[in-house]
Amino acid sequence: MELVVRRPEGLYCPPGDFYIDPWRAVPRAVITHAHADHARSGHAHYLVSAQSENVLRARFGNLPMQTLTYGETVTLNGVCISLHPAGHVLGSAQVRLAYGGQVWVVSGDYKLAADPTCTAFEPVVCDTFITESTFGLPIYRWPESHEVMQSINQWWANNASQGRSSLLYAYAFGKGQRLLAGLEHSIGPIITHGSFDALNAAYRQSGVALPETQRVTDVSEIDKKRALILAPPSAASSPWMKRFGEVSHAMVSGWMQIRGARRRRAVDRGFVLSDHADWPGLLTAIQATGAERIIVTHGNTAALIRWLKESGRIAQSFETEYGEIEE
Amino acid sequence: MRAFADLYQTLDRTTSSRLKVAAMVEYFGRIKEDDAAWAVYFLAGGKIKRLLPIAHLRAYAQRQTGLPVWLFEECYQTVGDLAETIALLLPPPQTERDTDLNQWVTEGLLPLQSLSDEQRSSSLDELLDGWDTNTRFICLKLITGGFRVGVSRLLVTRALAQLTDLPTTQMAQRMMGYFSGRDHPTGDRYRALIANGDTDYQAIEPGQPYPFFLAQPLARDDSQLQDILSATKSWQMEWKWDGIRAQLVCRHGDIWLWSRGEELVSEQFPELCEAAKSLADGTVLDGEILVWHPDQNVPASFADLQKRLGRKRLSDAIKRDYPVVFMVYDLLEDKGTDCRSQTLTERRLALEMLISSHGVPTVFKLSPVVDVQDGEQALAHHAQAREQRAEGLMIKAQSSQYGVGRTRQAGLWFKWKLDPMSIDAVLIYAQRGHGRRASLYTDYTFAVWDDSASPGEPSLVPVAKAYSGLTDKEIKQIDAILRQSTVESFGPVRRVEPTLVFEIGFEGILPSSRHKSGVALRFPRMLRWRIDKPVEQADTLATLKALL
Repeated sequence: MELVVRRPEGLYCPPGDFYIDPWRAVPRAVITHAHADHARSGHAHYLVSAQSENVLRARFGNLPMQTLTYGETVTLNGVCISLHPAGHVLGSAQVRLAYGGQVWVVSGDYKLAADPTCTAFEPVVCDTFITESTFGLPIYRWPESHEVMQSINQWWANNASQGRSSLLYAYAFGKGQRLLAGLEHSIGPIITHGSFDALNAAYRQSGVALPETQRVTDVSEIDKKRALILAPPSAASSPWMKRFGEVSHAMVSGWMQIRGARRRRAVDRGFVLSDHADWPGLLTAIQATGAERIIVTHGNTAALIRWLKESGRIAQSFETEYGEIEE
Repeated sequence: MRAFADLYQTLDRTTSSRLKVAAMVEYFGRIKEDDAAWAVYFLAGGKIKRLLPIAHLRAYAQRQTGLPVWLFEECYQTVGDLAETIALLLPPPQTERDTDLNQWVTEGLLPLQSLSDEQRSSSLDELLDGWDTNTRFICLKLITGGFRVGVSRLLVTRALAQLTDLPTTQMAQRMMGYFSGRDHPTGDRYRALIANGDTDYQAIEPGQPYPFFLAQPLARDDSQLQDILSATKSWQMEWKWDGIRAQLVCRHGDIWLWSRGEELVSEQFPELCEAAKSLADGTVLDGEILVWHPDQNVPASFADLQKRLGRKRLSDAIKRDYPVVFMVYDLLEDKGTDCRSQTLTERRLALEMLISSHGVPTVFKLSPVVDVQDGEQALAHHAQAREQRAEGLMIKAQSSQYGVGRTRQAGLWFKWKLDPMSIDAVLIYAQRGHGRRASLYTDYTFAVWDDSASPGEPSLVPVAKAYSGLTDKEIKQIDAILRQSTVESFGPVRRVEPTLVFEIGFEGILPSSRHKSGVALRFPRMLRWRIDKPVEQADTLATLKALL
């Protein structure tokens, strides 16, 4: 029996009569994480991880939410549902579905790399594993996170010593907090773009330790010259940017692995740090589930599917509307 | 090697010429001369040709990475650069190493040329082992011969001038010497390059050309053009000939013919070198090589000139069918004296005397001065350039000295090119780009309507490929549209629904038996995206052929 099928509204569990990360409004939704392409407003009921509650409220206001701690189970129309850490962002979860002797796991987005701001990815044994493939090519092999943070801090310190602000573009939810947690705040003040405020508050409220951050209006001109400024990529060339003098620009994203992408961004530096699994990560995660059948939802689906088929697995894709946000 | 890779990173990260020069000065100031010798060579565009077949490198990389061919190809298509793809895919290094650039090149890279296929694989292991991804990328770029970094030879020249406190022009002369001949860079040659005071390269290598003086481009709507047209007396106008710009050096009883790429082309044009023996020793001429049949009033097309290039041996038939002339523009050295600092008027006078003097062969033609009394006449001549088989007009200040490169200090030279011919064509195929445009669909094939096969039912025939002329923003928009409207993919190519119309500019059109359309366009590029134009209103093949 198929525990998950694709419907126009999103991924659907027929025996349980609920959706997982649907892209249209539905009566019952299980949400893997709070990124905008997976969590949307308008559903009548949300089942979410306890750790994502604050972030979801910060982004969508009051939602009709039911929360589960990692590993806790709930049964819906005979389908046993539990959530397990995906290591993607705070509160991100893989959804485990057990019914009629079968186990399926919908993993949403995930990564295996270390991240101090969320619970580490936990492999869940299953028969069918539904995976992302954002970076599903072997050219994507991430450097160690702590080495990347080290070079970011070095870049910042070097700029600060030359009286230049350091502007770091990163996605405001997840990547932003992961960076904050790894910044060496003794180098100078940390300024965040307004779009980070609510999320930072939600993270702090959830018990994630983040260094002190300031608004641009609270920092003196002198201090700005040695500040690190965190802004979403959409803020590039916005009037907000005019508040700074000489600036070194950098982008933090898995896409920065490719020189062409770095140059297209026209930034001084591209740091390779992603909240998604790299190619070895995808293969390790898939291997660890022991699943015989793999369904790929978004990203470089064709390459991963062919690779899995050639290594003797059953693999297919679901066409979804995930993966439309900046990484 | 790692220091060189770090320098590359620094140069690659900035677009500021000032910072690039500073980074090079800093680098040259601290590394060993043997290494600097090669760094200068590679940074300024020097290549080592044909080290190994690229297919061999691909096969090696596939073996090392253990990936199936299709997956390797998919990666290559996404990255858009073979060296970078391999660097990203190779297994991480087992050991760390630190070999100097000079040692790596002379003991590892250069010997590649003479190795058998089996020996090459272990040599590649040795060349690539122990480096981090960034350094490996540089190694692979040098192995493929595709090493390019965002610095021109001029910038390297400026960095060395700054390092040595010498004038840029003098360093430019020295650089020409450094790059001429077949000798590989060495610490000794680098020391001569940066030595204090005069190192007379001409004494060492008598065939040295001067750096070419290049013209600034001028567009129809430039205010500068208006200024020129209202004061034509101060300017000398000539046709902008469409051949190979070259410098003929006669010294020490010998002849050298250099192309603008500072490549020695004497062997491709033996008639010119033979004829030059009747010129006085100590003569250097700047001019254009053109194919020109003696019974014609205009030169033959550039395509005919191309038939003389890239050949190892020139047959008598080729020499007979494509006779060449040297259209002389300027006199740089007269009786052994460098006359580049004289005014154009003075040099022209001396040049006219030289060319008209007794015994100078007719293959030396004096580039005629276009007679222009006022702005209106200039416009009229410009409009007729195509009839002369010229690309437009050259406009040179009467007072100009012969400068170095595309600079303005020594006086102004402009090239006022013809407006390109253009057609409106439909985008039908797209392929991903390279480098900065990797993984974006930026290389397009364009088609026009043709109903000659079945009258009344026009179909689209491809006529040109183009990839330049759009802004980054347009490229992004078009990329998104193409991804939505793909009909089928074969290999890296996508066939898309014909919905987008572009104005394609080109410099010329020639009949071609190799293309289905029967025509080949020269230098096609996108002039603009015709959002206003429906596909049905794109041009027809008949309109295009009428331009032939």
